Amino acid sequence: MTNLKNFFATKWGIISVGGFIGVFAPLLQKLGNPGNMGVCVACFERDIAGALGLHRAAVVQYIRPEIIGFVLGSLVAAYLFKEFRPRAGSAPIVRFVLGAFAMIGALVFLGCPWRALLRLAGGDGNAIFGLLGLIAGIWIGTLFLKGGYTLGRANKTSASVGWLLPLMMLGSLVLTFIFPQVRGQAKSGILFYSLKGPGAMHAPFIVSLLVGLVIGFLAQRSRFCTMGAFRDLILFRQTHLFLGICALVVVAFITNLIMGQFHPGFAHQPVAHSMSIWNFGGMVVAGLAFALAGGCPGRQLFLAGEGDGDAGIFVLGMIVGAAFSHNFGLASSPKGIGPQGIAAVLIGLLVCLFIGFTMRKKVA
Amino acid sequence: MSTIVDARGFSCPQPVLMTMDEIKKVNKGEIEVLVDTDTSKENVSRAAESQGWQVREIQEEGEGYRIVISKD
Repeated sequence: MTNLKNFFATKWGIISVGGFIGVFAPLLQKLGNPGNMGVCVACFERDIAGALGLHRAAVVQYIRPEIIGFVLGSLVAAYLFKEFRPRAGSAPIVRFVLGAFAMIGALVFLGCPWRALLRLAGGDGNAIFGLLGLIAGIWIGTLFLKGGYTLGRANKTSASVGWLLPLMMLGSLVLTFIFPQVRGQAKSGILFYSLKGPGAMHAPFIVSLLVGLVIGFLAQRSRFCTMGAFRDLILFRQTHLFLGICALVVVAFITNLIMGQFHPGFAHQPVAHSMSIWNFGGMVVAGLAFALAGGCPGRQLFLAGEGDGDAGIFVLGMIVGAAFSHNFGLASSPKGIGPQGIAAVLIGLLVCLFIGFTMRKKVA
Repeated sequence: MSTIVDARGFSCPQPVLMTMDEIKKVNKGEIEVLVDTDTSKENVSRAAESQGWQVREIQEEGEGYRIVISKD
């Protein structure tokens, strides 16, 4: 157990986790998930928001078992290695708002950092602008961090605080058993299911859940984080986490080639638009929000699984942000940005800058 | 006499930033860093080593760890 514990903290540990995701994300796509969306934390949380009826965009409604797996896999790993530490109280409302705007920004680009990498590995050139925006947003975040930005200390708290988000995930899983998808029906009990569009495309439920559980387990052990990868590179010139995302892109690229899923170009890419400036702008907002909140959306799920109540708040912020995105016409579609997408990016940027400038360490 | 950096309760990357600040300030000697998660323990150790400091010992303490790093 100790050897295993040490392994995932090593260079080869993080590389193997990135490689694992690089194989299984394209595989999930092959098995039914939407194009270049083997795993997308933002898209999948948005689909969950839709399945619960928080927004009513008919094409993106499905309880994604991958997300449930991420949290529960991390929970199992944390308990197994005695790392479950219930903690909370580090500026929760700020984390909620950052989560909401991170989602709003990501849905202007149409993907979280994970999907940006997977889109690149699938040949979608638009992902380059998204990734450049992500890096720009994270870079702004590092300036705030260097200037003393902090959300303050979290405190140790009751186990139930750490359990609430995993329990919500478990609850969603139970709902899918009580109200399973019925072919050709847009609603099953209280859950909404897409009949067409990305929400209707998914790998078999159990496969998605299992892959999600394993990724959740491995990512908890290795601290895999796509935002941290760029942040540590910019802030400390450290390549540890960066090696993980490099492995993800390279392995996903090779897997896509083998499976015939590599289609280079800018036009007509799956679930993507080619308005470069807004692909960039949306991800600036998302990158900055992730940097200010201390983790990419995947990492927030894994942290929530190991008892971090503040990360759980960020996740809930993302789910609510997804609902606003679709209710207010902020989210993009393959046709281009939403009617209010530009306003969303500008307001998101202002809100993140406000938080960055005002949340500073008090000099004792 | 070593200085103490209390990074308990802070999430990434702050424990590392606080350690790096202290490393720059004292240049050499011994620093004790208090953290409360395994992630912070790994990150602080990795960062210290990248700056040419040695991780002397890691003790479990209360709900976290005391990491002693030093440079001659």
